[in-house]
Amino acid sequence: MTEETQHTFLDEVTTIPGGERLRTCIQCGTCGGSCPSGPAMDYTPREIFALIMAGERERVLKSNTFWFCVSCYYCTIRCPQEIPITDIMYQLKRLAIKAGYYRASITNFSETFVGQIETYGRSFELGLATAHYLRYHPIESVRMSPLMLGMVTRGRMAFRPKRIRGIRPLRAILRKAKELGGEW
Amino acid sequence: MRYAYYPGCSLERNAAAYDESFRLVAEVLGMELVEIPDWNCCGATEYFSLDLLPAYALVARNLALVPEDLDQVVAPCSACYYNLLKTDKNMAAYPKLASAVNESLAAGKLHYTPGRVRSRHALDVILEDFSLEDLAAHVEKPLRGIRLAAYYGCVTVRPMGHDDPEYPIRMERLLKALGATVVEFSLRANCCGGHMTQLDAETAYEMLHYLLRNAAKLDVDALVTACPMCQLNLDAYQGQVNSHFGTDFHIPILYFTQVMGLAFGIDPDALGFGQEIVSAERVLEKFRNPPEEEEKKPRRKRRDKDALPMPEPLSGGGR
Ligand code: SF4
Ligand code: SF4
Repeated sequence: MTEETQHTFLDEVTTIPGGERLRTCIQCGTCGGSCPSGPAMDYTPREIFALIMAGERERVLKSNTFWFCVSCYYCTIRCPQEIPITDIMYQLKRLAIKAGYYRASITNFSETFVGQIETYGRSFELGLATAHYLRYHPIESVRMSPLMLGMVTRGRMAFRPKRIRGIRPLRAILRKAKELGGEW
Repeated sequence: MRYAYYPGCSLERNAAAYDESFRLVAEVLGMELVEIPDWNCCGATEYFSLDLLPAYALVARNLALVPEDLDQVVAPCSACYYNLLKTDKNMAAYPKLASAVNESLAAGKLHYTPGRVRSRHALDVILEDFSLEDLAAHVEKPLRGIRLAAYYGCVTVRPMGHDDPEYPIRMERLLKALGATVVEFSLRANCCGGHMTQLDAETAYEMLHYLLRNAAKLDVDALVTACPMCQLNLDAYQGQVNSHFGTDFHIPILYFTQVMGLAFGIDPDALGFGQEIVSAERVLEKFRNPPEEEEKKPRRKRRDKDALPMPEPLSGGGR
């Protein structure tokens, strides 16, 4: 790996607000030790930062680490270097999607959810994305059915989100935002 | 006091009990809630994983729709609250972002000036705009003998919360003012797993099991939450966790506004009791028939006079 590519990947990751602080990581491991999904991750947050520094773009973006980040912000408030770790995890998700490295069942959950928003302006229950389940976990769905049934009988489950009145202007806003794009 | 109100998608359906109870409690407290007209989904954590500018624009549309005469918005859902707050703060800190968001909003004939609307969590509003004495003054039926522990989850208190980000204490103070027996839950600011149930059920159940196992040791009548995601995960998935780990947890998960309403003398049905999957009937039972005498705690044994001296505790708070 050349000096140039190493820098390019780190640069790509650090474009977000406050992202530059990643360069000050001291590899103390506080983040990994605080992470509730650490055990399920291919690499802990600390390891992923070491790999980013080493320019291991593909290894990083193909890993499951950031997809297992549940956005709990423990690492962010505990990091002695004040690195916005959670935001970096989001950035890695976006970079992985752009690079085409991702597991369909994971990103499609996000995409199904976002698709609902673009259609209705509102969403299904985040934790009970029926459409997503039926599509990717048919067997799991059967096992889930008592749960679904409980939610339905208590009036807690909708099969379709409500549609907002201003759906057209909302779509126009989102279209414009996508068109502008850019790094933030 | 008048507040713009952003219920968010969860409160429309799965967390209707939170919406109903918050509105009723607000009424008792004299808060006027003005629902943001035609609000849209805040995108939860999902939109921010895909595309950043549309994610901000989506949230900003809600801020732009806050009526001109209001300068604060209250959101009971922690994810909604954090997205509203983050969008406002980042637009204020990064003018380039603000102008791109506004250029997008203009396509829908809207505009948002960063800093115009203060985004606040329902829990913070209640504990900042009212003193504990104010709140206690509304208590008609104290929650005597009911053992409750607070569970905050993550973004209610992190990274931009108004309480200690690791050991918050607000909800405990509130529950105490309502007359409940408060038990401190050391994992109260741990993560419920968010949308992990949809990504990797095994990991999600591990996280929930960790919380439930430790909550069960406290022998509480219910856990009290301030977030629909926490409620959903701990309540609706409790049965899944039980069958996965062969456990038998029965811990009702309530919203803080539900227990407030109960103490304020509001009808439990109107507060959404009965919508929970793990029944809170035990709580209502105790509420209707409070124990005669508060159980007396056995007094701690005094230290042996001949024991070695103990170090002095740190003063002025360690953190
Ligand atoms: S806590 Fe911060 S400094 Fe320590 S390893 Fe993690 S990112 Fe680096
Ligand atoms: S925010 Fe993500 S990476 Fe950080 S501790 Fe929580 S789950 Fe782990």
